[in-house]
Amino acid sequence: MDLSAINPVLLIASLMVAATPIMLAAIGELVAEKAGVLNLGVEGMMIIGAIAGFATAVETGSPVFGFVIAAVAGAALSFLFVILTQYALANQVASGLALTLFGLGLSALMGQSYVGIKPPSTPHVNLGFISELPVVGPILFSHDFMVYVGILLIAATWATLKYTRVGLILRAVGENHDAAHALGYKVIRVRIIAIMFGGACSGLGGAYISLIRVPQWTEGMTAGAGWIALALVVFASWKPWRLLIGAYIFGGITVLQLNAQAAGARIPVEYLSMSPYLITILVLVFMSADRSRAPASLGRIFHASN
Amino acid sequence: MLRLERRPSPSKVWSYITPLVAVVATMIAGGLLFYVLGKNPIEAIRTIFWDPLFGEFASYSRPQLLVKAGPLILIATGLALGFKAGIWNIGAEGQYIVGAICGAAVALAFYPMEAWFIFPLMIICGALGGMAWAMIPAFLKVRFGTNEILVSLMLVYVAEQLLAAMSLGLLKNPEGFGFPGSRNLQHYPSAFNAEVFAGTGMHWGVVAALIAVIMAYIMLGRHVLGFQIRLTGEAPRAAGFAGVNTARLVMICLGLSGALAGLAGMFEVAGPAGQVSIDFNVGYGFTAIIVAFLGRLNPLGILLAGLLMALTYIGGELAQLTLGLPSAAIQVFQGMLLFFLLAVDMLTNFRIRFGKKEAV
Amino acid sequence: MTDALLKISGLTKAYPGVVANDNVSFEIQPGEVHALLGENGAGKSTLVKMIYGLVKPDSGQMHLHGAEFAPINPSFARQHGVAMVFQHFSLFDALTVAENIALGMENPPSQRDLAARIKEVSEEYGLPLEPFHQVGDLSAGERQRVEIIRCLLQNPKLLIMDEPTSVLTPQEVEILFTTLRQLSQEGTAILYISHKLEEIRSLCDHATILRLGKNVGECVPSETSARDMAEMMVGSTLHTPERKADKGGDVVLEIKDLSVASPNQFGTSLKNVQMSVRAGEILGIGGVAGNGQDELLAAISGEVPTNAETICVNGQSVGALGPNARRKLGILAAPEERLGHAAAPAMSLTENALLSGAIRKGLLSNGFISWSGAREFAADIIEKFDVRTPGTETAARALSGGNLQKFVIGREIMQNPDVLIVNQPTWGVDASAAADIRQALLDLAAGGAAVVVISQDLDELTEISDRFAALNEGRLSESREMAGLTVDQIGLMLGGAHDMEAAHAHA
Repeated sequence: MDLSAINPVLLIASLMVAATPIMLAAIGELVAEKAGVLNLGVEGMMIIGAIAGFATAVETGSPVFGFVIAAVAGAALSFLFVILTQYALANQVASGLALTLFGLGLSALMGQSYVGIKPPSTPHVNLGFISELPVVGPILFSHDFMVYVGILLIAATWATLKYTRVGLILRAVGENHDAAHALGYKVIRVRIIAIMFGGACSGLGGAYISLIRVPQWTEGMTAGAGWIALALVVFASWKPWRLLIGAYIFGGITVLQLNAQAAGARIPVEYLSMSPYLITILVLVFMSADRSRAPASLGRIFHASN
Repeated sequence: MLRLERRPSPSKVWSYITPLVAVVATMIAGGLLFYVLGKNPIEAIRTIFWDPLFGEFASYSRPQLLVKAGPLILIATGLALGFKAGIWNIGAEGQYIVGAICGAAVALAFYPMEAWFIFPLMIICGALGGMAWAMIPAFLKVRFGTNEILVSLMLVYVAEQLLAAMSLGLLKNPEGFGFPGSRNLQHYPSAFNAEVFAGTGMHWGVVAALIAVIMAYIMLGRHVLGFQIRLTGEAPRAAGFAGVNTARLVMICLGLSGALAGLAGMFEVAGPAGQVSIDFNVGYGFTAIIVAFLGRLNPLGILLAGLLMALTYIGGELAQLTLGLPSAAIQVFQGMLLFFLLAVDMLTNFRIRFGKKEAV
Repeated sequence: MTDALLKISGLTKAYPGVVANDNVSFEIQPGEVHALLGENGAGKSTLVKMIYGLVKPDSGQMHLHGAEFAPINPSFARQHGVAMVFQHFSLFDALTVAENIALGMENPPSQRDLAARIKEVSEEYGLPLEPFHQVGDLSAGERQRVEIIRCLLQNPKLLIMDEPTSVLTPQEVEILFTTLRQLSQEGTAILYISHKLEEIRSLCDHATILRLGKNVGECVPSETSARDMAEMMVGSTLHTPERKADKGGDVVLEIKDLSVASPNQFGTSLKNVQMSVRAGEILGIGGVAGNGQDELLAAISGEVPTNAETICVNGQSVGALGPNARRKLGILAAPEERLGHAAAPAMSLTENALLSGAIRKGLLSNGFISWSGAREFAADIIEKFDVRTPGTETAARALSGGNLQKFVIGREIMQNPDVLIVNQPTWGVDASAAADIRQALLDLAAGGAAVVVISQDLDELTEISDRFAALNEGRLSESREMAGLTVDQIGLMLGGAHDMEAAHAHA
């Protein structure tokens, strides 16, 4: 195998692209989990976002509009989770699984006539000579706009959680929903907003896969990215900036693995393709020692009994 | 305004009615979906639920009912044990694949020898393979506190790659003209999982599923292990007080469900599927999650739910042939079923009151 | 009396199957400390939740400063000068003191300004607090300060306090009372909810007594005897538990140098705990909740195993055994949390009888359960301990607190333990059930068992224990004869004065 075929600058630039979908989905899930909701439906919301964004972009010719609709679709699917867990008080684990199974089926149905089509390409940021600078140009200044949206979302989430009253209330609800209720905060309402924000972010992440990363539509194309996003939240100990680092590490592994395949590594392709999943497991093992940061009400059902 | 009020005791009546309500609601919503897709909803529903049993091709499709229900029931029974205890094995699909690979590997190792012990050995290895795959999340959970949901699920993707590697490499048929996939075990009498009664679809996997249902039913109702499983799911601290060894219970629940999923995979590869191939797994491991919930995590309920879900598979194929209904529509239909079930499930623990809303 | 701060007239609130408040009326004057007295379940909490906007009354009115007052939510109540300190603290462990306080305010200033205000106000009222400490690391007394400061920062006209002293040592209670008196002098009215009569007599200007949701009388506490108030509250005369003076058996339970790390992040680890309990004796362990009570019970019940030698029963080392192995040897326990720890909420009483009775009642053979045996055992408990329930197949969560507690304690007592440890046996239980439970514990000891009672209720410990020890931050004081201990000495022990030199000097 020829390692010299791997260019480090291109590697970093492409790992940022590879990291963006899981980063988008994970930041949404982080917000939901901070509010005390464990939504295992990320995979389902991502794939719905992938097909909704893809179809919209193909029909209208506008990738930007595609992303908007992907976010709306992800949020709409997450509303089903809202109905189940916040109104019907169903188990969050089971409801999340239902969302994933349903989303996979629905996306396959919606995407039937879109197989094999190429989407309109998403323009890359062009800052003239800055984008053409050696090394920093390709790494920092010549991506598509969603790469920057992802980073901005992380920064905004961090600032909101840390410095604003909304963020404080959100954390309070996730930490102790009974106390938050006793102080007069609307636990259910806060959680609904957090869940739907998570759905919108997952939708964006899914659309990023179908519109930019691949770019085409195939059934089940998210291939576990939603689950890796869930693992990423654990890896990040519910801290936004660590999420960014984690996403880049995962992105780096994916890209390296693909590069190794392309460079004709001696190991069969199938074993290389296992690596992102195996590394996710390893990371989960290392991070599970530190459970302290999990919001205390995570996954618990809230019902104001009187 | 609607308002939920917790029942003092869970309602027995509603726990029987809710699955039926969910099925009816799914039929209505599914009918709407089929209508939107431009099909006659009544005809579609009839094609899915009625024709496979009583239609003109029923003699072909009826045996298929058991063929499809067997693995679903086998896997769902194992999953239900864990789900009851709050131990979430959602990687049954992976354990199913590994069980199949292990079972087939035994057969292929002995090929072309004919001996009575080959099939039993395949059963044992299939179960052990599935169990070993499930013990990975179990061990990591017990030893490091790692989340079993994510690990067992990640292992599905790993197993799928392993399956591909096996069908292209180690287990590939040397006489297969370079096509991926192993030898066909249907043509290897010592390894073939034949029908017990010809023409019924009842192969040994179906027998195993029935045995699993009965054993699980007895265990949950009469054995202390079943009590511990229910107690752990109901109130984990009370389980600790009652002396339940949680680590052991995690191992047992994940191990058992993995073994049953592995068995299902092994019976499938040695019977209906016949060979290890890249597209061997068709999502039984995930559909079984729906079956487990639809059966209210009760073994007898799972038996009925498995048959119903098998019906939607067969009916779905039939609708695909006769009405041109897309196969994904059936997937959506099955997903809806789980949705409605979870949505109406609260009626066992809550009652709905009409009245003015409390200040919140 | 038109100048009342808060006038409550005819408040009624019904829940399915129970009328929590039935036509309750009373008035609170500015600067008055007004007691709301009643048993558990008398409707005190519902009443104050209505004043604080958490629950909406079915009928009746409230007037604040003469104007109609119908709070739609707590925020509305806070804006109108009503603040509340909750019985179970409404605090967030993982957040800082300042963040917790900001959450209880309408328009909090920036964190830095708020921190300065917190320092200022907390020192003014003698309740020092560090604004940037994490609340989960604070003691119960400090946590209550957070709640109080949260209220004081909003200059309330009416401060509602729900059972504030249940988690405090006697010394901390004195500090609290000083603060409350200071507030009252400044014109803040205080609605003080309690069932502790002596406290009310020393603090409150006026008392309203609730029984079964009705206002059954009012009095001036300082002019009314505790006994009279108790009878108004309970509605009948209470019998005091009898104890037989028969002590001095062999040592049954011996704990040497027990140190256990708490399994919870914000729990308290046990540090070098020593104790010994003799047959026929009740050891009372006092202390404010959160000082290692749960951990001590778990160590003795076997839920958290430790070194074999640290715990000995009848000379046998049992520290490394699990709960069921210990049950075989006659070591039984009844944890504090009834629903979720001592009993599984959605399971039937039969199943809950099996939960801890399987071993000693022989309800298993080869792992198979004898359901008829379990049902019989449950029925026996129900009968012997007068548990009010439709039957053995009722879910545990359907029982009232007192009845479930009788079931839980009865379940252990009927297995004839050699050692029984109970945590908060009468917490949240009505007076007559509490008296029954105490009597049962005394009878058990009289029959030769070694009994350990962990409680925050000093009156209860005084009433039933032979010896007393205090648990403070995971350390257990040396035990002393209960008879002859003064409230001051107990207070010192609870405050962590382990060497007891001060106490010895006066003894």
